[in-house]
Amino acid sequence: MYPAELKYTKDHEWVKDLGDGTALVGITHFAQDALGDVVFVQLPEAGSSHAQHDEFGTVESVKTVSELFMPMACEVIEANGELEAHPEFVNEDPYGKGWMLKVKVSGALPADLLDAKGYEALVSAESH
Amino acid sequence: MADLKKTPLNAAHRALGAKMVDFGGWDMPVQYPAGIIAEHQAVRGQAGLFDVSHMGEFRVKGPDALRFLDWLTPNAVSKLVDGQIHYTGFLTERGTFVDDLLIYREAGDDFLLVVNAGNIDKDFAWVEDKAKGFEVAVTNESDATGQVALQGPDAEAILQGLTDLELAGIGYYFFKRGQVAGIPCLVSRTGYTGEDGFEIYCAAKDSEAIWNAVLAAGQGKGLVPAGLGCRNTLRLESKMALYGHEISDEIHALEAGLGWIVKLDKGDFLGREALQKAKDAGLPRKVVGFRTLEKRDIARDGMPVVKDGAQVGFVTSGAPSPTLGQNIGLAMVPAGDAKVGSRIFIEIRGKAAEAEVIPTPFYKRK
Repeated sequence: MYPAELKYTKDHEWVKDLGDGTALVGITHFAQDALGDVVFVQLPEAGSSHAQHDEFGTVESVKTVSELFMPMACEVIEANGELEAHPEFVNEDPYGKGWMLKVKVSGALPADLLDAKGYEALVSAESH
Repeated sequence: MADLKKTPLNAAHRALGAKMVDFGGWDMPVQYPAGIIAEHQAVRGQAGLFDVSHMGEFRVKGPDALRFLDWLTPNAVSKLVDGQIHYTGFLTERGTFVDDLLIYREAGDDFLLVVNAGNIDKDFAWVEDKAKGFEVAVTNESDATGQVALQGPDAEAILQGLTDLELAGIGYYFFKRGQVAGIPCLVSRTGYTGEDGFEIYCAAKDSEAIWNAVLAAGQGKGLVPAGLGCRNTLRLESKMALYGHEISDEIHALEAGLGWIVKLDKGDFLGREALQKAKDAGLPRKVVGFRTLEKRDIARDGMPVVKDGAQVGFVTSGAPSPTLGQNIGLAMVPAGDAKVGSRIFIEIRGKAAEAEVIPTPFYKRK
């Protein structure tokens, strides 16, 4: 449920380092499960710059809404346009078709990102 | 979590993989693995089974039962016949809501009152206090009573195979006593979804047997267990009020759009004077239905309705409607903005989102 090759935030985003100074960002299995059926995802435009922890968008589910926070300082290269027609991808495949942003990372990834083990420990504490 | 109250079906929900939440102090299923949208669509298309054992049941019995209830509540209890039910409220002297409820007439001196789970203690104290001076006995049967709701167009076909009752002979808002899966039950043609369906009351200890028998009878017929998440979207599409949202201690029956339960000409009842005055003066505000114009704008409970930079109202309920594919909601707005077609603005995350007042109910079954 929490792939080892990804990094995670305490706000339940994941980051996939593509190794060329770019990364993919999405929300975790835990986050999509807590939200339930996702019906709308609001994402920033390509070219926009963000600081770490900036609110960059929102995810609306049938029952609630949740803010999205930037895992690191970056510039958006592309937002996943597929999610407009298929917000359910976030539920069905949060680490695949449900990706949200492709970004150009400003500098190194922050040291406070969690590895899969650290994130799993965090969510198991939250769900008890 | 340890302090949450549990219905007799708690273990059954967990075994089905339900996601449990704190609902007014009760540990209840918000959804099963299928999810809110799939459960919602099953109820609209085939059938869904809800655990509503958390609801409260009071019995009011005695020679003054009818006279007492006709004074305590705004709807015409004297018009009910044996086996009939109506929707009504417990109102304050101001005409605002202590709670909303159903009244079942078992006999002229024997009535069953079904109230909201989160209000059981408050309601029971209210009824007991008001009953002083009347020759009635009021008992709280909530803990001893289980209740499940089978809702959807296929509800009758699924339930008929399990019961000796002739279900086609039970009209909307009527009930009968009989057996379901060989267990004594009260079966009423009522619900909170806008679909046809039944609410089945039984002894708390029999709830699990009834739940399992109905689920088994619906296997292969599209019946799914359904949680409180879709119960909310279903009732919202049908514009059924929810206590704490469209109705509350601060909202009176007429502005809530529930004038049809207020029988001002039936004689005196609690809240009558205030409601008569409010009616004569004209209502300054009203609950209306709306849809937002942009897909990204989903209104939620409590968001302000704004006009020229000032708050003029508030959203009472809001959600994306799975049936309509639109973002809908109910809001308290000034009477001048209450007409169908009016444009209102809802503050969503700091931005005034445009919405249109539209006819309600949003959804009506064919």
